[in-house]
Amino acid sequence: MNISIFEQWWLAIEPAVQANTLNFWQFIYKEIYLNVIKDDRWLQYLKGLGVTLEVSFYAILVGLVLGTVLAILRLPQIQHMNARGKGFLPAVGAVVVRALSKFAGLYINIMRGTPLLLQVLIINFGIFGSVRIDKVIVGVIACGLNSAAYVAEIVRGGIMSVEKGQTEAGRSLGLGGIRTMIYIILPQAAKSALPAMCNEFISLIKETSILSYIALTELTKAGDYIRSRTFSAFTPYIVSGLLYLLVVLTLTWLIGKLERRLRNSDH
Amino acid sequence: MTTDIIISVKGLEKHFDEGKLKALRGVDTDIRRGEVVVVIGPSGSGKSTFLRCLNLLEEPTAGTVTVEGVNITDPKVNINKHREKMGMVFQHFNLFPHMTILKNMTLAPCKLLKKSKQEAEEKAMALLKRVGLADRANAYPSQLSGGQKQRIAIVRALCMEPQVMLFDEPTSALDPEMVGEVLDVMKQLAEEGMTMVVVTHEMGFAREVADRVIFMDEGHIIEEGTPEEIFNHPQQPRTQDFLKKVL
Repeated sequence: MNISIFEQWWLAIEPAVQANTLNFWQFIYKEIYLNVIKDDRWLQYLKGLGVTLEVSFYAILVGLVLGTVLAILRLPQIQHMNARGKGFLPAVGAVVVRALSKFAGLYINIMRGTPLLLQVLIINFGIFGSVRIDKVIVGVIACGLNSAAYVAEIVRGGIMSVEKGQTEAGRSLGLGGIRTMIYIILPQAAKSALPAMCNEFISLIKETSILSYIALTELTKAGDYIRSRTFSAFTPYIVSGLLYLLVVLTLTWLIGKLERRLRNSDH
Repeated sequence: MTTDIIISVKGLEKHFDEGKLKALRGVDTDIRRGEVVVVIGPSGSGKSTFLRCLNLLEEPTAGTVTVEGVNITDPKVNINKHREKMGMVFQHFNLFPHMTILKNMTLAPCKLLKKSKQEAEEKAMALLKRVGLADRANAYPSQLSGGQKQRIAIVRALCMEPQVMLFDEPTSALDPEMVGEVLDVMKQLAEEGMTMVVVTHEMGFAREVADRVIFMDEGHIIEEGTPEEIFNHPQQPRTQDFLKKVL
């Protein structure tokens, strides 16, 4: 019979496990064998990791796009926008824009002021309570909407850190407000917002663990399932934790590289 | 110099803080094509505000600015189209720090004049050669000296092939030894017949290059005339007083 080296080691210490006479290294191996190797349990961690990465990736995208829109709506020139010209359309336009700006402020306050767990529960059981929907989508929506509020403030800070003269230079060349924002202001804002943004991404990745509450089998839940099989109180969580750490360190490294690349314009 | 009026300013007023601060209190003047107008005056006299109203970077509280026959203070007018024709140079250069010099110069022509990248770059390189900075085309603004930055800012505006150039204290933020190189570029531009409105403290430049000097104080034009008239025979006591302090 074909039997792996791990199985052989396990068979070697099994009598000691029965007799409860394991030494330290044998104990460590027992934990790893039961929680990672046996029944290909490592695959469960990897599947959980995959779900965590998937949810995080899309939630970051949702957060970035929505957050940037919210940030722009919160800019002073939008907040206090006046109708340019007389007539019905400009007046209504200005009122709509100011209302959107107010809404953006309210949205940010509510999303930052209430617990993410509560938001997840409301979206899962409240909004999607009566429809069958992939939990991954629920997770992306909940985490994305939440992250957008934080991203909005980070982007707003970034935009406000760009000198007013940059806008004036763009506008004086004839570029419109939107083009000036896209080509001149946002790239500079992104650069100064990058460290804070990195922080937010890290938070978001770890906060997706809250989705285990709605039975989404992401990395934390995967570890939890294994604990319920093996009754090891530490090892599955530590394995999950190491995987989170690996993801976060990789992300930090990547963003650090990006930061150094963006810095090439100010020698 | 022809008598063709390119910018006509009538009753221009600009208030800040809901009327608490009146930067301009009724300014009337015409800028003719090919004319070099230098605006001088003490700080706080409204000369920068006046200049910034010409391309609506400041929106006037009252009055009109008419550019080539179009009243640009009318909200229905597409101000971006008019700004394309009016280049502006700022005290603090305002180059885009995240772009190379070449990109700084080609961004607007590519987006607005629908020029191909190659076409825009050729034009930019020709202008860079003229100001002696062709070798810095791929540098970033932070790698340049103040004088170099301001020369780039001037040619960046020229890439849009403007009808008028507005200069807002272009040498005030420069180290003294770099003022000359920027003024030389401006002189050259004036000689080529560019219409220019220049707010400056460089009286030598005003005397030498201006067709007309405007002296402003407290939001009014106090006196205007040829450099000879303003610098050698000022009529108004406030002009005399100001010139005594700066000359």
